[in-house]
Amino acid sequence: MSMTRREMITRTGKFIILTAAAAEGLQQLTGSAQGQPLKYDAAKHWWAMTLDVEKCIGCGNCVRACAAENDVPRGYFRTWIERYHVIGNDIEHPTVESPDGGIHGFPPAAGDDGKWFFVPKLCNHCAHSPCVQVCPVGATFESPDGVVLVDEKYCLGCRYCVQACPYGCRYIHPKKKTVDKCTLCYHRITRGLTTACCEACPTGARKLADLKDPNDPVHEFLRNNVVQVLKPQMATGSKAYYAGLDGSVR
Amino acid sequence: MGHLAGVDGFMYPNEIELQWSILIVLYPFITGLVAGAFILASLERVFKVAVLKPTYRLSLLTALAFLLVAPLPLQLHLGHPERSLEMYLTPHRSSAMAMFGFVYLWYLMVVLLVEIWLDYRADIVQLAQTSRGPMRLLYRIMTLGSMNVGPASRSLDDRVGWLVTLIGIPSAFLLHGYVGFIFGSVKANAWWSTPLMPIVFVFSAMVSGIAAVVLVYYAYSWFQRRPIDMACVDAIARFLFYVFVVDFSLEMLDLVHRMYEADESFRTLDFMVKTRLFVPQIVLQITLGTVVPLLMLGATQVVRFREAVRRRLYMISCCLTLIGIFAMRWNVVIGGQLFSKSYLGYTTYKLEFATREGLVPAVALMVLPLIILAVLLKLLPPWRQQEPVDAVTQ
Repeated sequence: MSMTRREMITRTGKFIILTAAAAEGLQQLTGSAQGQPLKYDAAKHWWAMTLDVEKCIGCGNCVRACAAENDVPRGYFRTWIERYHVIGNDIEHPTVESPDGGIHGFPPAAGDDGKWFFVPKLCNHCAHSPCVQVCPVGATFESPDGVVLVDEKYCLGCRYCVQACPYGCRYIHPKKKTVDKCTLCYHRITRGLTTACCEACPTGARKLADLKDPNDPVHEFLRNNVVQVLKPQMATGSKAYYAGLDGSVR
Repeated sequence: MGHLAGVDGFMYPNEIELQWSILIVLYPFITGLVAGAFILASLERVFKVAVLKPTYRLSLLTALAFLLVAPLPLQLHLGHPERSLEMYLTPHRSSAMAMFGFVYLWYLMVVLLVEIWLDYRADIVQLAQTSRGPMRLLYRIMTLGSMNVGPASRSLDDRVGWLVTLIGIPSAFLLHGYVGFIFGSVKANAWWSTPLMPIVFVFSAMVSGIAAVVLVYYAYSWFQRRPIDMACVDAIARFLFYVFVVDFSLEMLDLVHRMYEADESFRTLDFMVKTRLFVPQIVLQITLGTVVPLLMLGATQVVRFREAVRRRLYMISCCLTLIGIFAMRWNVVIGGQLFSKSYLGYTTYKLEFATREGLVPAVALMVLPLIILAVLLKLLPPWRQQEPVDAVTQ
């Protein structure tokens, strides 16, 4: 079969384009090698986070990464860092600061008396969330894999959940007029990635944890550390597990 | 965080902005007036306190006027008011707030409107027959086609009305106790979280509703150029005094309990009451709004004042009572948001002026029920000479 040069170039071009289109289509259907869910099964996960207070250096990377990843409005925080200063045994009256949520880090500590430490905070993704309980329309809900999420197309903006959260993790988005909070980067973790804050943390102070995964390092973390949750008296089933948490932390 | 305007100490970064404004202060204040006014009306109806007759219908209409306005501050406050119907369509059963629509509708449609209609039906029929023009049409519509005012029919009205009032008393308790529960069940907030909250709300509602009805009665009598029925007002004042004593005792019980228990929140709340809430709590709510009117009302119970003196004492004490109960609502709603849930700092509430949640809409929302009440009183005169049911049925 004879073929002119023009025909050969045209057919080759078509072959390349169609092959590329078919490959793209196949990738869309099955998910890519990296960052795409290969049939993500929520029932096989139970997400949490571990936070090691002694490793946090208050650099603010996590706050910046979260703000960039999730388009968090300025002045509001899905995650933030607090710096505690406790003098002697006065653990009931710590001095705490969180300038701009620690997004720019912290100025040098004034004085070397007492102890200074950083505490990263975020939504605790409680298993018995007061925020989920009080939402009048169920716009705030717990996903089957243990993440507390908000359906912003359904939220009334009544703010009852903001009042009900003992940890101050929720705010009303100034433009959307609906409640906003940490989603544990749900769009990332369901694609096999970690959260933006965990990825940005230079010391590994915060780590995403899958409690249903028997190979997750969280189990070793829980076994080898004295672990505490914030405000355990609230009995919210918090899933933000802290190692090295001082009794002064609120 | 001390460098932030209006913030002392440490607040969690998302806490600096207050979530619930003066509009949410109005919500329990208005529903309290509704519940209190209705309970006063039911005293006459169910417990046959005949001396309260002049205020019976006034109380019902006052309750209705305020109940019609009660959802408006909530609606105005929502970030997405257009979605509020979802609370009816897809209520989240575990939410205390989700029940508001149903409690409200029950109270409005099953209790208040039915009772008012049954009580006024004979009047409405008569007005439909004697009025002219559009008013005639309006009254005919209000009869709902029930023009029979024969003895048997009126007797049935009376019996059903009595039953509705009987259902209405627990409903009134439910309405305002429920509003108290919305706050009292928030375990994250130490200022709100107490099982006493619904009970305190019910009694303070009765206090405010009764005081409001006395003032409405004074004003309406003045407009109608009718003398004040002192036997009626004396009875209401006595009832107000007793309820007020219970209300004050409950609030003091809460205070004493907090002081004696002195849990982790106490130092913070104590400091807040002595500083940022000093004027609204100590001066307005407790001193001017409770102790002074209690002393005045108490004095009228033990000293035989002249009628003119009693009349003025009642008026002043009712005005102060309303100020005190409004301050109480303010202190609950706003006070509960002034301190950090870390118990390490305080923020400030800046009352805006002409914004959606500012002073202007708040004042408008307080004036609106008075306008509605004026229309209702014009439409349904409470003191028309209608033959009593007993006389008709005998």
